[in-house]
Amino acid sequence: MAKNNILELKDIYVSFDGEKVLDGLNLSIEDKEFITLLGPSGCGKTTTLRIIAGFLDPDKGDVFFDGEKFNGIPPHKRQVNTIFQRYALFPHLNVYENIAFGMRVKKRPEAEIKQEVTDLLRLVNLEGFEKRRISTLSGGQQQRVAIARAIANRPKVLLLDEPLAALDLKLRKDMQKELRNMQQKLGITFIFVTHDQEEALTMSDRVVVMDKGKIQQVGTPQDIYNEPKNAFVADFIGESNIVDGKMIEDYLVEIDGHNFKCLDAGFEKNEAVDVVIRPEDVDIVKPEDGEICGEVTSIAFLGVHYEIIVDICGFKWMIQTTDAANVGDKVGLIIEPDAIHIMKKSEYSGLYGDYSSYSDEIDQLSNPEETTEEAAHE
Amino acid sequence: MNKKGFGSRIVASPYILWAALFVIVPLIFIAYFAFTDPSGAFTFSNIMQIAKYKKAFGLSILYSVIATIITLLISYPMAYFMTKMKVSSQKMIMVIVMLPMWMNFLIRTYSWITILANKGLINTFLTSIGLHPVKLINTPGAVILGMVYDFIPYMILPIYTVMSKIDNSLLEAASDLGSNGFSRLRKVILPLSFPGVISGITMVFVPCVSTFYISQKLGGNKNLLIGDAIEYLFNSGPDFYNVASALSLVLMVMILICLFVMNYFTDSEEATVL
Ligand SMILES: Nc1ncnc2c1ncn2[C@@H]1O[C@H](COP(=O)(O)OP(=O)(O)OP(=O)(O)O)[C@@H](O)[C@H]1O
Ligand SMILES: [Mg+2]
Repeated sequence: MAKNNILELKDIYVSFDGEKVLDGLNLSIEDKEFITLLGPSGCGKTTTLRIIAGFLDPDKGDVFFDGEKFNGIPPHKRQVNTIFQRYALFPHLNVYENIAFGMRVKKRPEAEIKQEVTDLLRLVNLEGFEKRRISTLSGGQQQRVAIARAIANRPKVLLLDEPLAALDLKLRKDMQKELRNMQQKLGITFIFVTHDQEEALTMSDRVVVMDKGKIQQVGTPQDIYNEPKNAFVADFIGESNIVDGKMIEDYLVEIDGHNFKCLDAGFEKNEAVDVVIRPEDVDIVKPEDGEICGEVTSIAFLGVHYEIIVDICGFKWMIQTTDAANVGDKVGLIIEPDAIHIMKKSEYSGLYGDYSSYSDEIDQLSNPEETTEEAAHE
Repeated sequence: MNKKGFGSRIVASPYILWAALFVIVPLIFIAYFAFTDPSGAFTFSNIMQIAKYKKAFGLSILYSVIATIITLLISYPMAYFMTKMKVSSQKMIMVIVMLPMWMNFLIRTYSWITILANKGLINTFLTSIGLHPVKLINTPGAVILGMVYDFIPYMILPIYTVMSKIDNSLLEAASDLGSNGFSRLRKVILPLSFPGVISGITMVFVPCVSTFYISQKLGGNKNLLIGDAIEYLFNSGPDFYNVASALSLVLMVMILICLFVMNYFTDSEEATVL
C-alpha cells in the first residue's frame, strides 16, 4: 500500500522563554488514519496541535500539508479543524448557530446549511437540540456540539485535544466508540491527544508516545505495548517491571543471576540492557520450581486478579495473578521467553519500573484493612 | 425568621437607613413638590408646564445622543486595540484614561474654555500661523465635546472590562472555523462585548442628559439644556421649586425608561446585534 502522508512535521523546534517545549519533532501522518499523541502533562501535545492548526509558528522546522509547505498560512485558511480542550463553544449562539458558524463564514446557501446541520445533529445524536443555548447543555452534549461544529467544515484533518478528559468514565467509553466510528464513517484524519494510555491503545491506528518535547516511539498500539523502545514508554503504557539485564548472547538474557531464554537478538555480547516483563506475564509457582525466587511484600485484590508485589534481590516486581498468596510467603517465578522484552539502555534506564514506592503506598493505604482482615483470619 | 436572615438584616440596616434617608426621602420630596403648588395644594399644573421646556428636553436628548455615539465610536476601537496589547501597556493606558477623573469636574470643563475661547489656545495658534480664527466656544459642538471628554472613561471602562474577559480560545475557535480578523470581530467580539457597550451607553447617556454645567460654560447661555433649566429654576427661589421638581421628575422617568430598555437588551441574552 502506497503511503499517502497528509501531514508532515519536519524537525520542529519550539521554546517558550528559553525552555524547550518541542525538541526536534519529526512526524508523518497518513491520510485517514486515527493517530494519537500520548504523553504526560506538559510534554508538548497541545503545542504540536497548535502548530498544525496554525496558532503557533515553530521557531524552526517545517510543516507540510498534502506535500505543500504550510508554514505561515493563517489558521482560517487551513483545511484543519480543532476540537479544543475546553470545547470553546460560542456562548452567545445556540447549538444550531454554533454548528453553522463555519458554513456561514464560507457563505454557503442557507438551505444547504440547514440540511447539513440537521445531518450533523443526527450524527452526534443531538436531534432536537437546535435552539438550546450552550450553557444549558451537559459536558457530553457540549463535546458533541464541538465535534459537529468542527466537522461541519469538512476538514481533511481533525485535531482533538483531550476532548474526553472532562467526561465521566461511562460517557468517556461511549464517546471513544462513537469517535472511532465517526472517524471511519467520515474518512477524516484524526489527530487525537490524550494522556490516558488506555484510551490511546483502544482508539488509535497508531500511537505517538511523547515526553519532554520529543517523540519516544511511534507505532501501532500492539507495537507500543509489546515492544516498547525504552523504559519511559514501557512504564507509561500499562504496568511493567523494568529490570537490569545482561545479554549473554542472542536469545539469552541474564536477570538477577539467572539466564532466561528470550526472543530478542541483535545486541552486543554481554551488553547491559533494560528488560521489560509485564505483570500479567509472570507465573507464580512454589519456590523450588521457580527460575528466580522472592518474598511477597504486599498483596491487593482487584476483582479480576490479585496484584502482588514480590521482592527479588531488593527489586520489587509487580505480578498480576489469579492465585492468592500471603505477605511473607516465599514464591518462585517462571517467565516464558515471549514474556521478555529487551530494550537498549536509554536516559530513562533506572528511572522507572520498580514498584517499591508503589508497594509502600499500597501498604499505607491497606494498613487499616489489613489489620482487621488478619484479625478475621485468625 | 431564621437567625441568618436576622443577622444579615442587622448588617444591612445601616445601608438601608442610608438609602432611605438620602435616596427615598428626597425622591418623595421631589414627587411631593412636583404635584403641589407653592401653597401645598395638589395640582397637575407643574407637570403641564413642562411643555414650555420641550426645546430644552429636545436639545438635551439630541446632544446626549450625539455625544454618546461619538464616545462609543472612540471607545470601542480603543478598547479593542487595548486588549490586543501587552498587559503592561493595557494597564498604562487604563491609568491614562482614568487620570482626568481624578481631577475636579469643574476644572476639567474650565480648561476647555481656555482652549476653545475666541482668544484661546487654538485660535491663538491659528492666527499665529496666519489663518482666520474660528468660533469654537459657545457652540453646540463645544458642548458635545465637553460631554465626550468628561464622560468617555465611563464608556471605555465597561467595554474594555467585558472585552478583556472574552476567552481567547473563542477567537481561536473562530479563526479555526475560517473567520478572518474582521469576521471574528463582527461575529464573536461584538456580540460578546455587547453587555459592556450597553452599560457604557447607559453610564454616558444618563449623566449627559442631566448635565447643566458643561452647557453653561462651553455653550454660552443661548441653548439651555434641561439640566440648566432645573438648576435655573431652583436658583430662582422657593416659588419655582414645584416646576423644577416636575422637570426633575419627568427627566428621572425618562432615564428610568431608558435604563429599562437597555436592561432588556442585556438580560434577554439575545445579544446578537447586526
Ligand atoms: N504560550 C506559552 N507560553 C509559555 N509556555 C508555554 C506556552 N504554551 C505552552 N507552554 C509550556 O510548554 C509546555 C508544553 O505545553 P503543552 O500545552 O503543549 O503541554 P501538553 O502536553 O498539552 O500538556 P497537558 O496534557 O497538560 O495539556 C508546558 O511546559 C507549558 O507550560
Ligand atoms: Mg494540552
